[in-house]
Amino acid sequence: MPKLTIDGKEIEVDAGMTVLQACEQAGAEVPRFCYHERLPLSGNCRMCLVEMERAPKPVASCCMPVGDGMVIHTNTEKVKKMREAVMEFLLINHPLDCPICDQGGECDLQDQAMAYGAGMSRFVESKRAVPDKDFSPLIRGVMTRCIHCTRCVRFANEICGTSELGGVFRGEHLEIGTYVDKAISSELSGNMIDLCPVGALTSAPYAYKARPWELSKTESVDVLDAVGCNIRVDARGDAVMRIVPRLNEDVNEEWLGDKSRFACDGLNRQRLDQPYVKKGGKLQPATWDEAFAAIKAKADGLDGSKIAALAGDTVDVEAMTALKDLLNALGSKNMDCRQESSTVDPNVRASYIFNTTIAGIEQADALLIVGSNPRIEAPVLNARIRKRYLMGGFKVGVVGPNTELTYKAEHYGDDPAMLRDIASGAHAFGKILQNAENPMIIVGAGALMRSDGAAILAACKTIADATGMIKDGWNGFNVLQTAASRVGGLDIGFAPTDGGLDTAGILDACGDGKVELLYLLAADGMEAAKLSDTFIVYQGHHGDSGAHLADVILPGAAYTEKNGTYVNTEGRVQQGHLAVFPPGEAKEDWAVIRALSGVLGKTLPYDTLAQVRARMAEINPVFATVNEIQPADWQDFGPSTVGGGDIQSKPLKSHIRNYYMTDPISRASETMAACTAEFSGEAERTGTDG
Amino acid sequence: MLHDRDRIFQNIYGIHDIGLKGAQSRGDWDKTKDLIAKGREWIVEEMKTSGLRGRGGAGFGTGMKWSFMPKESAGRPHYLVINADEGEPGTCKDREILRSEPHKLIEGALLASVGIGAHVSYVYVRGEFYREAEALQRAIDEAYEAGLVGKNACGSGYDFDIYVHLGAGAYICGEESALIESLEGKKGQPRLKPPFPANCGLYGCPTTVNNVESIAVVPEILRRGGSWFAGLGRENNTGTKLFCVSGHVNNPCTFEEEMGVPMKEMLEKHCGGINGGWDNLKGVIPGGSSVPVMTKGQCDGALMDFDGLKEHGSSLGTAAVIVMDKSTDIVRAITRLSRFYMHESCGQCTPCREGTGWMWRMLERIGEGDAHIEEIDLLEDVTRRIEGHTICALGDAAAWPIQGLIRHFRDEMEAKILAKAGTHADASADAAE
Repeated sequence: MPKLTIDGKEIEVDAGMTVLQACEQAGAEVPRFCYHERLPLSGNCRMCLVEMERAPKPVASCCMPVGDGMVIHTNTEKVKKMREAVMEFLLINHPLDCPICDQGGECDLQDQAMAYGAGMSRFVESKRAVPDKDFSPLIRGVMTRCIHCTRCVRFANEICGTSELGGVFRGEHLEIGTYVDKAISSELSGNMIDLCPVGALTSAPYAYKARPWELSKTESVDVLDAVGCNIRVDARGDAVMRIVPRLNEDVNEEWLGDKSRFACDGLNRQRLDQPYVKKGGKLQPATWDEAFAAIKAKADGLDGSKIAALAGDTVDVEAMTALKDLLNALGSKNMDCRQESSTVDPNVRASYIFNTTIAGIEQADALLIVGSNPRIEAPVLNARIRKRYLMGGFKVGVVGPNTELTYKAEHYGDDPAMLRDIASGAHAFGKILQNAENPMIIVGAGALMRSDGAAILAACKTIADATGMIKDGWNGFNVLQTAASRVGGLDIGFAPTDGGLDTAGILDACGDGKVELLYLLAADGMEAAKLSDTFIVYQGHHGDSGAHLADVILPGAAYTEKNGTYVNTEGRVQQGHLAVFPPGEAKEDWAVIRALSGVLGKTLPYDTLAQVRARMAEINPVFATVNEIQPADWQDFGPSTVGGGDIQSKPLKSHIRNYYMTDPISRASETMAACTAEFSGEAERTGTDG
Repeated sequence: MLHDRDRIFQNIYGIHDIGLKGAQSRGDWDKTKDLIAKGREWIVEEMKTSGLRGRGGAGFGTGMKWSFMPKESAGRPHYLVINADEGEPGTCKDREILRSEPHKLIEGALLASVGIGAHVSYVYVRGEFYREAEALQRAIDEAYEAGLVGKNACGSGYDFDIYVHLGAGAYICGEESALIESLEGKKGQPRLKPPFPANCGLYGCPTTVNNVESIAVVPEILRRGGSWFAGLGRENNTGTKLFCVSGHVNNPCTFEEEMGVPMKEMLEKHCGGINGGWDNLKGVIPGGSSVPVMTKGQCDGALMDFDGLKEHGSSLGTAAVIVMDKSTDIVRAITRLSRFYMHESCGQCTPCREGTGWMWRMLERIGEGDAHIEEIDLLEDVTRRIEGHTICALGDAAAWPIQGLIRHFRDEMEAKILAKAGTHADASADAAE
């Protein structure tokens, strides 16, 4: 290990580190703008210059690899002068419009100008000005503020894999832009806002809304896809102002998808803020007591088999636990959390989670994607696949939709029948998987929600078994869920048992009148025709399609308004936290069910969140270990456990058509509507304005 | 004074046959096979003996540079890249080689490639040199046809291909790593060093980048021996060199001369002296626009080589001598150069991107007298803040001429400011009356 002397202090660091990293390790602060540990080096801001003995010129510490015997100075008069010089150069053409800049208060340039800037300007010439750029409905480009650190360019090239940004022109006319005017289309584009050290790229929906010091910050978990990105919810008063990512190396590193970041304006629109009861064919505002009484009137004397419940995509495990217990108490086994009717085996955990884990992708060397477009189903996870791809020696094959995945992938058509050939080794990619050290397969929700989903799941399991994906310390079988509540719901057993009805069964039974009371726990998107004669209780937070069907509406809390447990697609148990209180009369969901249970005379045995969580751990011990993954045992699943059937030669499709609108929150978001209009084809647009 | 027998570029003005036959009649392509047969080590050693220092401006030892290339190829090809992006203002030597002595360059490319273990060479020709690129391509075609390059070049068993690539005329693409970027099809912006091109250059492979003149003299050096070349000029400043003289001389021209020739003698013999005589000289920029200007007093005894000019606080650079007589407004002249650097800055790193424009604007105002005396010190300070703090040497190149101006001609700058201030004072006095 190389030994360096930094400011007179001897330090031993790992070979391959940069001088800047070594300085940090030695406790010497080095200012920087262009350097970012997750991006390729560029060395262009020159802020990190340090003195190195025996070097003719000062060196850019961010790019200089450490060498044995280097003597570095970071606190000399010369270094101080250099930093002042770079600071002055950066500021001469910077507009200094901090009072009207959204970056104010969290601006690297502002902070470092405090530390290294001169008190006054010596520049009396005209400042450069650059026209503002219209990058997308999400990113506001005030390019006069740009200091050309190129972090955004490197992020687009490296992490997003969409070479959409670059430096245009040269010298002091250099501009960061798209060259030909177009929107930045990456699903990860919002991260450029975080990366931008100045106010050049700021959040367009958040513009002029709040100052960072006015915000209360709550650490939480995202629920708009199944990755479970760690987030921080910034709120002012009772409104969520913005959502930003939080570091978690195992899950999202420090990235966040655009939907998860920008859909938060949907939290303030179309909210259910009080109970409703249908009277005379119309929903009328009601009190909690009236709403509970209406449910009691229907449920009293109803046989348990005539009651059913469905849980939606963004529900917390606490609410599902309470509803499961309530239904069981009422004598019903008809419940399902697989709203899209996927055919995973609720009894075998390995059949419905992402066993490899997201961080584990980096150890894989061959990947087969079946019926999934991870780029829109889980953009952050897709970025991890790209990261692995960039390391080299990684072969990707796709059976499913032919889309641009941001990395090189061989597309083998969309006919699922091919899976048999891959399993038998007759197909070329089957050989690639067999020869790989750590092969993996990703099965998308789109493949499992088909009528032949069970057969496809079985074929994928055969591939996993046949190509050595399952071995000591490695499980390459992965289901990529798209709903944040799915794994948690299956873990807690919110699924039919002992002859209970599953989603399709429940909907059919509703149509036949065999089920008379259907409890929708934030479950939307049901076929209205089948449910016309059923008494429907809708508990949720948005007036989305589920609420329109309801006879009774119980207002619940969105994910930013409750303390909830979610299990991501890897099977990682994570907890979200209350950032703001639910609006109006709305209440935390498990508490609503607990209150209803009392009215129905089946009082549930818990009164506090801690007691609910104890109950969850009792049902399934995975809930006792928060933030960790309990590896799932590899057991038999497939036709033998979930029913047989043959693979049909229908094209495999992704589960998601429009990335920007997948759930009640994003459907209520104006920002997501703007993105849909900008990025999606005509078919995705609503209304008649084309 | 250089003797005719030691002259390398015998057809630099293109008055004789430029084609292969003519070149061969002047000794080009003579026994090239034998030189190749002597092997890689011999070539590098001979180049080291010759003491040839790179002719592109920096003056780094050519043989030394070649010796940095990995000895074993390790599976990656080696490349020789020839820098024909001659953009330094005042410099017009490489274009004469491309026009009139292309076969020296091609033969040199072959021998240099043997010296560094490369089988492919790219000549990156400045975009404006369209006719020159055509001339070079014609010569390459002739050489291919004669079997001098290509598979089994000169019958030596060594395979060698040479390609011409036209740039788009950006000055910064003359910087070796920006040139490599541009050659790869990217925006021409200098790379960070380390890694150096010898480890990680074109397409990530070991690469040597040499100036046209450095390569074109290689065959002659190898044929006549490194010690012949080392015998010319002074120690550490050996050999002959193409000088390009422009400006206020009676006969501006490009010519070959021995290193270390006294500047005065050179200007008088080849260029017919300064307009109005030696005493009419105001200053000389001796090595292309990026080196500091020298006063007449410094020019009097200056020797034209690397160390000779370094003694006077300037540099040989590309040996593009820009002569200015007393009619020159030196402030305006340097302002024009400053504007050139502003225009050609690639914009990648902060000091150069922001500082070149600032310096030019200050000089513009000083030239108009529309400034304060203290701003000259500010200007000096800004040049110091750019110098040495940038990724490539363009920042230095922009700073040095201004430093030279302030060092030697501060009185002229002050005079302009005071004159303007005086008219202001007069005007306000008039108004008061």
